[in-house]
Amino acid sequence: MKTSVRKSRKNSKSQLTQFLGFLVLRLSVYLVLFVLIYFLYDVLSHGSKVISWEFLSQAPRKGMTEGGIFPAIFGTFLVTLITAAVAVPLGMAAAIYLNEYARAGRLTRLIRLSIRNLAGVPSVVYGLFGVILFVNLLKLGTSLLSAGLTLALLTLPWTITASEEALKTVPDSYREGALALGATRWQMIRTNVLPYSIPGMLTGAILGLARAAGETAPIMFTGVAFYLPFLPASLKDQFMALPYHLYVMATQHHSLDRAKSLAYGTALVLIVFVILFNLTAVIIRSRLRRKWKN
Amino acid sequence: MDKTDINTVYKPKIVVKDLNLYYGQKQVLKRINLAIPENQVTAIIGPSGCGKSTFIRALNRMNDLIPEARVEGKILIDDENIYDPDIDLVALRKKVGMVFQKPNPFPKSIFDNVAYGLTIGHHRPKAELDKVVEKSLRQAALWEEIKDRLEQNALKLSGGQQQRLCIARTLAVEPEIILFDEPCSAIDPIATSKVEELIRQLKKNYTVVIVTHNMQQAARVSDFTAFLWLGELIEFDRTDKIFTNPANKLTEDYITGRFG
Repeated sequence: MKTSVRKSRKNSKSQLTQFLGFLVLRLSVYLVLFVLIYFLYDVLSHGSKVISWEFLSQAPRKGMTEGGIFPAIFGTFLVTLITAAVAVPLGMAAAIYLNEYARAGRLTRLIRLSIRNLAGVPSVVYGLFGVILFVNLLKLGTSLLSAGLTLALLTLPWTITASEEALKTVPDSYREGALALGATRWQMIRTNVLPYSIPGMLTGAILGLARAAGETAPIMFTGVAFYLPFLPASLKDQFMALPYHLYVMATQHHSLDRAKSLAYGTALVLIVFVILFNLTAVIIRSRLRRKWKN
Repeated sequence: MDKTDINTVYKPKIVVKDLNLYYGQKQVLKRINLAIPENQVTAIIGPSGCGKSTFIRALNRMNDLIPEARVEGKILIDDENIYDPDIDLVALRKKVGMVFQKPNPFPKSIFDNVAYGLTIGHHRPKAELDKVVEKSLRQAALWEEIKDRLEQNALKLSGGQQQRLCIARTLAVEPEIILFDEPCSAIDPIATSKVEELIRQLKKNYTVVIVTHNMQQAARVSDFTAFLWLGELIEFDRTDKIFTNPANKLTEDYITGRFG
C-alpha cells in the first residue's frame, strides 16, 4: 500500500485550525507592537521639540516653566548608582547562598516564596517602608541615601531571582567536575560557576535597576524634592529625579499647559535613560558570552 | 576462586563493609561487602537502576551532593574509613579521581582544563604546569592530537577527545584510584576503543573501578567484575570466571542476556 502525501480534505481541516491559531498569535504580537510604537511616537514627537542642550544641561527656571531638567537627570543617575551599589552585590550574594549552599528544605522554600512575593508588592508600599525604616528609624532623613536604599529593597527580589536563574543555567556537570578534582565548594563556585553566570546576573540586575530608575512612589516619601535650586552635595541631601519631575510637570504644576511640553521632554529623557540601561545589559551579556565561548 | 582467595592474592585498595545507601526512604544499596584490589581494573556491571552509579559515587562521596542520600557502613580506602567525620573531602577527591558518564570539560581552554585541579587553591609556576599538562595529556593519549592548540576552548573538541581530556584532567591531580562512571556511553566506537586501551594502561599506576552497562566492555578491560542486582552484590570474582563460569544463576542469566 502506498500512502499519498498530497494535501487532502482529511488534513485540510487541521491545516485551517492551525492557520487560525497562528493568526490569533500573530495579531496579538501586532497589537502589542502597535501600542508600543504609538506610545514611543507620541513621546518622541512631543518630547523632541523641547530637547536641546539647554534642556539637558540647565536647571528649571521661572517656576519650572522654562529651563532644563539637569538636576533631575543628575539625581536619577546618583540614586540609581546607590541602588546598584547595594542591590547588585547583595542580590548576587543571596542568590549564591540560596542556590549553592542552602540545603533544599522547608526553610529555603519559604525564603524563596517570600522573595517571589516581595517582587509583587506595590512600589508605594516600599516607599512607606522606606520612610519608616530609613528616614525615621535609622534617622537618615529624606535623602539620596534613604531613597537609594528604598529602591534597593524594591529591586532586591528581582536581582536575587534573576541571579538564581543565571546560576541555574550553569550545568551541574561543571560543579561535579570541579568537586571531583578536589575543589572546595567556594573554589568550585568561584572558578566554575560564577564566570559562567555573571553575564546573566548582571543582565538581570541592570534590568531591575532600569525599573527602579523609573519608579516614583518609593522615592516620593524618602528623598526626592519638588524643586531644588542646587544639586545634592552629599548622601544626606535631597535631590530631584526624572520620574518624580515628570509626575510634577504632568499633574502638579500650577500651569499645566506651559509645563506639558517640558513633561514630554522629561519623559523622553527618562525613556532614553532606561533604554540605555537595557542596551548596556545586552552589550555586557553578549561581550561576556563571546569571551567564554572562545 | 571465592572472595577470600582473591584478597589473599591481591592486596585490597578499597574495602567496602556492610554498605547501605538510602535515597530518602528508598534503599538503593543493600549490605554491600567488597574488596577492590589494588592496581587492577574492577568492573561493576548490572542492569539499569541496580545501583552501579550510586555505588561508584559512594567511593569518592559524590553522593554527598544529593541532599536525601544517607549512608551506613564503611568504605575503607587504605584502611581509612572515608565516611569518618574527620575526613577531608578535598583530599579524598584528589586521591579518588572520577571520570563521568557524559564528557564534562569546562568551557575553558584545553590547558586550563587539565591544569584546573592543580591551580585551584594553589599558585604554581607556569613551567611546572606545562610539564604536568603535557604529561597528563600524553598519558591520556591526547597530546599528539591537540599539542598545537592548547589554548583552544575544550568544548570544540570531539566527544571522544573531550572524554580523554577529562581523563587527563583527572590524571593531572595524581590520584591513586580512578573511578569511571560509564565513560563510553556517550562516545562513538572508535573513541571507545581508545578509552578502553587507556584504561588497560592505567592499571599499572592506578586502581581503576569502572561502571559499565556494556558487558563486552567489562570483559575487555577488567580483571575483576562485580555484578549488582537490585542494589545487592550478587557475585564478585575474576572477570574470566564471571564470564565463563559464574557461580550464581542470576549472574549467568544476566551475562547471557536473558534479562537486563
